[in-house]
Amino acid sequence: MILRNIVAGIDAGSTAVKLVIFDGQQMGFWQQPTGWSPAEVTHQMLDQALREWTISRGDLRHICGTGYGRVNLPFLNTTVTEIACHSRGAAYLRPGVELVIDIGGQDAKGIQVGPKGRVLDFVMNDKCAAGTGRFLSVMAHALGLDVSELGAYAGGEEVSPQPINAMCTVFAESEVIGLINRGVDRKAIVAGLHHSVARRVAAMIARFDGDGPLLFTGGVSRNEAIRVALEKELKRPVEVNEHSPYAGALGAALIAWEKA
Amino acid sequence: MSRIAEERPFSMAFFDVAIPRAAGTIEEAKSQGKKVVGHYCVFAPQELIVAAGGVPVALCATKEEPIADGEKVLPRNFCPLIKSSYGFAITDKCPFFLHSDLVLGETTCDGKKKMFELMGKFKPLMVMNLPPSNKDEASQTYWLSEVARLKAYLEDYFQVTITEEAMAAAIEELNQERRLMQRLAGYLKHDPVPFSGQDLLKVLWSRNFVFDRAAFAEQVEELMKELDERVAEGVGATAKGAKRIIVTGVPTGVGTEKVIRILEESGAAVVFLENCAGMKQFIRLVDETKTPLEAIAEKYLATPCSCMSPNPDRMELLARLVDEFKADGVVDITWQGCHTYNVEARVLRDYLKEHRGTPVLHIETDYSEGDSQQIKTRVQAFLEMLEDM
Repeated sequence: MILRNIVAGIDAGSTAVKLVIFDGQQMGFWQQPTGWSPAEVTHQMLDQALREWTISRGDLRHICGTGYGRVNLPFLNTTVTEIACHSRGAAYLRPGVELVIDIGGQDAKGIQVGPKGRVLDFVMNDKCAAGTGRFLSVMAHALGLDVSELGAYAGGEEVSPQPINAMCTVFAESEVIGLINRGVDRKAIVAGLHHSVARRVAAMIARFDGDGPLLFTGGVSRNEAIRVALEKELKRPVEVNEHSPYAGALGAALIAWEKA
Repeated sequence: MSRIAEERPFSMAFFDVAIPRAAGTIEEAKSQGKKVVGHYCVFAPQELIVAAGGVPVALCATKEEPIADGEKVLPRNFCPLIKSSYGFAITDKCPFFLHSDLVLGETTCDGKKKMFELMGKFKPLMVMNLPPSNKDEASQTYWLSEVARLKAYLEDYFQVTITEEAMAAAIEELNQERRLMQRLAGYLKHDPVPFSGQDLLKVLWSRNFVFDRAAFAEQVEELMKELDERVAEGVGATAKGAKRIIVTGVPTGVGTEKVIRILEESGAAVVFLENCAGMKQFIRLVDETKTPLEAIAEKYLATPCSCMSPNPDRMELLARLVDEFKADGVVDITWQGCHTYNVEARVLRDYLKEHRGTPVLHIETDYSEGDSQQIKTRVQAFLEMLEDM
């Protein structure tokens, strides 16, 4: 039997748990909704991943955890914040990256990335849910849509976005309900919501100017319409990678690899 | 946390009980006929209260509990400090407010200014109006007239005469206390820090609640003796080589030390508390060579608070502190609704970046624990970043 060095990175986020297994060459990606118990979901995912790779728990040389759920995962070797992990993960997915926008379930972050994926500076939303995945979920619900449908639903350039003025999630929901009742086109509302998120995030990261490579990560990076809206607001290219939602777990796996 | 608890100096025991005990001692002082003057902020010239034979007591509230009562009258999106203070005041749940014969207010912000209008309806209240700047002569002259007005007010209210001698004596007494606090804070220049920032806060905050100043000073001396031993033996509240953080921004007293606690739990050494719950009031002395009233006015107006516009003294002070305490980073705390500190966070970040290359983490929060986890993530990421630099 050949002994392999295998490590895992786990990003237990507020909405989804992401897992990356890495052996120095290959990478495996898994994710599941967090539900009420991040620990249980993580266990299940790990078991599934181990089965698929036909390895056992003992083969994992190091497990690094990040995300809000990290404090409740007993089997981790190390924990690192999602800021450091997204920075590392983004630098791997997009060599030379200078700025990361990570929008997750309850956070929006801007991270200035230096050489080797080092964090130079970062900014993060406060308690408020504006500009996060949670904001989009609440609005999707008010519109009778699933949050995963929003990006495709918005349509393209032909839809003129309905401005959403309220920044607070609670007030914005009332505003959206008001717009629905006034008979405003649902597509226009969705486009307006995307702009609202982009505007909020752009204001938050305004101090990180420059025009170097910018990678969009986190669960919300799946929403293509937000990527386009961000480009419009920031007036610079915003890239995504197919593994952008896994950037945190990937960064954790890379850190685990160093520590193993 | 456990490490901090285990390794705390034994002489902290006095300060641990000082605040709970104060509710009893204030009643005692009252029964002995002492005049109690409550005040809210470090702009309140305490020398005048002492010189009038009164007992100054700080009313700046740090508890979440009375906020709901405060919100019955004040807007919800107000600063938690004002809502908490007002909530305590209207419900009589704070013994120090209850036992204050007179309350001294200072117009440090619009929120407090308007809150005092409401408070004046049910409590004897003297409000000192602050000028918007401390740099120009007109503002300085005006503030001197406000300090003189306070003196006349106290003399009339308590039917006493505040003599030059009494003022000079009060200045000397309080200056001694300021030097004492400077010496105490100086212990945090060591690596490892011999005691925690939470404990420094507890001592400084207790100062407001021990009415026998000599007894208090004695306890601080005791504590410093123990700190000498800890320094000699290299015993620290945090590990040697821990990242060294200066805390600044809004007042964060005992009860609202959330961010300081999270910093220390995350392994950082809190080496200075610049805010007005911390060292702000103790840094500058009253000039003992000048006429007492003028010297008092000068010291208090020079307080580097964000309510002053512009406020370059705070920037320069922090740059100096970064050098003196060998700080790796600065954490700047803003209460939600505190516009002046919130705006100044940008000014401070740019200033320290330009002049010292010191990173600043700005945290906007309130008195609740609801965002502790988010703050923890931010603090840890900040420390990871400093570790990587």
